[in-house]
Amino acid sequence: MLLTKNYQQLKPLIFILLLIPSFIWVFQFFNGNLGVNPIENLMDKMGLMALRIIILTLLVSSLADIKSFKSIIVLRRMIGLFAFYYVCLHFLTYVVLDHFFDITFIFKDIAKRPFITFGFISFICLIPLAITSNKLSLRKLGYKLWKRIHYLIYIAAILSSFHFYMLVRANKTEPLIYIIIIILLLSYRMFTKVIFPRLFR
Amino acid sequence: MKILNSEITPYNIYLNRRKFIKSTISASIASSIPLALRANHSDNSEIYNKYLDDNDKLNKFSEITSYNNFYEFWAGKGDPAKYSNKFKPSPWSITFEGLVNKPKTIDLDEILNKITIEDRVYRLRCVEAWSMVIPWQGFPLSNLIKIAEPLNSAKFIEFETIFRPEEMPAQKTKLLPWPYVEALRIDEAMNPLTILSTGLYGHKLPNQNGSPIRLVVPWKYGFKSIKSINKIRFLEKRPVSTWQSIAPHEYGFYSNVNPNVDHPRWSQSTERRIGEFKRRKTLMFNGYEEEVSYMYKDLDLQKFF
Repeated sequence: MLLTKNYQQLKPLIFILLLIPSFIWVFQFFNGNLGVNPIENLMDKMGLMALRIIILTLLVSSLADIKSFKSIIVLRRMIGLFAFYYVCLHFLTYVVLDHFFDITFIFKDIAKRPFITFGFISFICLIPLAITSNKLSLRKLGYKLWKRIHYLIYIAAILSSFHFYMLVRANKTEPLIYIIIIILLLSYRMFTKVIFPRLFR
Repeated sequence: MKILNSEITPYNIYLNRRKFIKSTISASIASSIPLALRANHSDNSEIYNKYLDDNDKLNKFSEITSYNNFYEFWAGKGDPAKYSNKFKPSPWSITFEGLVNKPKTIDLDEILNKITIEDRVYRLRCVEAWSMVIPWQGFPLSNLIKIAEPLNSAKFIEFETIFRPEEMPAQKTKLLPWPYVEALRIDEAMNPLTILSTGLYGHKLPNQNGSPIRLVVPWKYGFKSIKSINKIRFLEKRPVSTWQSIAPHEYGFYSNVNPNVDHPRWSQSTERRIGEFKRRKTLMFNGYEEEVSYMYKDLDLQKFF
């Protein structure tokens, strides 16, 4: 069994591991090393990374349900904030590089294309989570309300995995794997927290 | 994988090589390769500039050959360049079936002997909202249709990409229903803009671009321009093409470039020209309205997209 302290010590390492890819891609982008359609490539990379980190946070939550992994929860906030970081970069690439602040076009795109609508709602869902990720918010809101707000992560996860699924034209295996993982983790949480909470206390 | 210009056989040497191979079989056939086949082709891209429309610039050879949709070699844009090196584009033949005078299979060399290769610089607009300007070498599809001798009852022409799972790795999976098929109405096929291409930038077609022979229909979305064709079928009834069979609400039979008909995934009103930062407005029929719009004057393009 690992102690809280051990997970705390992992924090700097995980921080660097999650930060580095964004630096590499931005560096490659400005050096012209992201292929012949670098904007699309950058957007795809940031988006995929965001989705993977969202799944990672769900995994951390579920793992923390198991007694011997309980203290892994100390990593969740940082990982969650990194998910938000990559979602922001993904969205910024779309707004600034892909459409160069063409706001009318962007709003039409969001309203018209279901996969973009899903992605946008997912982004909106993550904003309150990022804002209330500090201890002060937790204290002010009270644990119950705070917890409720943070269940938004499941909506964000489902929507962003479908956002990816709907985007690809034929090779749906990867997005399908993410959807299945998210549904499994969500049903596990529902089962342990909502349906039979006493069994798992 | 990066392909250097120098690694690819220049078109004229390639043709000479064909000539050499032939000459070992029959000297008389070898000498019959028209000189025009070898004319016009050079590594010098300047010579293609005279064909450019206003506001267009040629895309680089490296761009055209490293960013491809050719699902037989997997679905990533860089995949075809990476995974197509096992593909053998020669020897090659094309089979003509369906409503033709006499079904037959003709060797590609024999076809090339009967036609003249021309330069055609076209815009290519992908349904994914990106585009390129490509200097192709090829010949009007109408020339091949004459060789095929279709019956008067033929109203549609259907093309099939070769099925070789050993050389085209994704064909071992169900990524798409194989073989890939595409089709045109006969009048579209006879339009002078419609060509079969055998080269680009003066080189024979790289495998990832549809070697050794592919369709180029510049006023339609790129997926209509089927690659590595080895079967052509003449039909009376309109066939269903591959993408249309997967998602009929997304990909219509016509798939004419049209900024006013929206696609559920990509807005078609603008496009990113590869190599440019800001998006461009997409032109009706990809800018070939003058040459092709007469064929659709009685067609509701919102319905028959």
